[in-house]
Amino acid sequence: MNIFKSKTENLIELKNVNFSYGFNSVLEDVSFSVKVGDYIGIIGPNGGGKTTLLNIILGLLKPTSGQVVVFGKPVGQLKKERAQIGYVPQRLSQLDVNFPATVYEIVSSGRTALGNLFHQFTKHDKEEIEKAMEIAKISQFRDKLINSLSGGERQRVMIARALAGSPKVLILDEPTTGVDISSQEQFYQFLADLNHKHGLTIMFVSHDIDIIANEVHSLLLLNKKVISFGPAKDLINKDYLEQLYGNKINFTFHKH
Amino acid sequence: MLGIFQYDFIVRAFIAGSLTAIIAPLIGIFLVVRRYSLMADTLAHVSLVGVAIGLITNLNPVFTSLVTAVVASVIVERLRESKKVFGESILALFLSGGLALAVVLISLSHGFSVNLVSYLFGSITTVSALDIYIIGTVSIFILAAVMALYKRLFLISFNEELAVANGLNVRALNILLIVLAAITVSLSMRIVGVLLIGALMIIPVISAIQFKLSFFRTLITAVVISLISVISGLFASYYLNLASGGTIVVIALIIFCVSLIINRNK
Repeated sequence: MNIFKSKTENLIELKNVNFSYGFNSVLEDVSFSVKVGDYIGIIGPNGGGKTTLLNIILGLLKPTSGQVVVFGKPVGQLKKERAQIGYVPQRLSQLDVNFPATVYEIVSSGRTALGNLFHQFTKHDKEEIEKAMEIAKISQFRDKLINSLSGGERQRVMIARALAGSPKVLILDEPTTGVDISSQEQFYQFLADLNHKHGLTIMFVSHDIDIIANEVHSLLLLNKKVISFGPAKDLINKDYLEQLYGNKINFTFHKH
Repeated sequence: MLGIFQYDFIVRAFIAGSLTAIIAPLIGIFLVVRRYSLMADTLAHVSLVGVAIGLITNLNPVFTSLVTAVVASVIVERLRESKKVFGESILALFLSGGLALAVVLISLSHGFSVNLVSYLFGSITTVSALDIYIIGTVSIFILAAVMALYKRLFLISFNEELAVANGLNVRALNILLIVLAAITVSLSMRIVGVLLIGALMIIPVISAIQFKLSFFRTLITAVVISLISVISGLFASYYLNLASGGTIVVIALIIFCVSLIINRNK
């Protein structure tokens, strides 16, 4: 059941995007596109511009030059559609242990930007929220406070929050930070299910090269420039990874 | 016992007090969860400048302090955004700066008066009929604003980055929140007093948080605690001849301690 399918072919399109902080260039001439149903992992060294790239797609940062088209419109012109970019941040920095909110309240905030002022949730809104909690398997935590959950459970809450906004694409920034190793594999299985079973387009930044190489369809190798973008199985080899991380690193390849 | 309501000024004090009790935690909760608790106190000290202007010009001090606090709140938020001064230092700057300016203005005119003391610590005898109209109208406005913006304010308080990514106008919402706080501070001044308003906006909220409820129920609980503090405080203030603001805040503090104790194992 492809509940998240959209008619737009290219969901996201970047053309010759450059970004710099002052004289410090972070992204150089980045072009690529994300199509409906894609499952893309972005890898690259620290400082290679991965998070900056996500922030540009999200409209949190403006590129120094170049074009960013999301859902067929320049990202700056998106209004309520922006809520349909399901974003899961790397860490919940502001979410301190005392933030007094339940899982349900946080998941439902994924639909806030879709409504007008005074908007009360309709039956449809509530169904979408319930569905998101079911998919992320957190329905049993609905009335628990967010601070009573483990790191992995909180991450699922944040994904449910993104899903509640009926997203056309899910964007995650290093989603397994703070999640223990045994939960990591479950987590990637969960993402794969979202993509395969629900047809949701997914793009995420990760350090777990060995795990994601077997999971995603495509890899974007990023170190300021796009080193390469294509099927994961073609790119996980010594040549490309040396180009990406420099040749000082030893790579061990093992079949899973 | 309810003989006290035969006096008009007491009835006015209870009306103004109840309205204040409802709106103070409504705004206060968003300041608390955003680590902005001192904002209320800062705006209160700035609004004292407005009181001084009111006393000098013979305009209604609730009105002049409202205008002053709103103007100052916008400047504070602009300065915070510009990042030229650290967030916390801006509050210290305006808090002491506001008080200094108010003191200078007041000594330029008549010097300190009994009237001023009532603004500092709250008084149940000073609420005028005009105050009731101003407080009533503005309270309805604040209630409507919080209802309209509740979901948005929740999201920016939970995570500002997510709110921006979802396309909310976070800048406008931040300014609006601080302006609403400024208005609330000016309104609460009559009953609780400038030096104690911050407490009424913050203490009921942090007491309610101890119960570990949902955000919405925390908000409702805070309003209930605030109402209990203000109403019992006004009674105590009348019968024991105490300054209303201090009495109200002491009762709120007692409730805070009780909520800490009964929720210590949660």
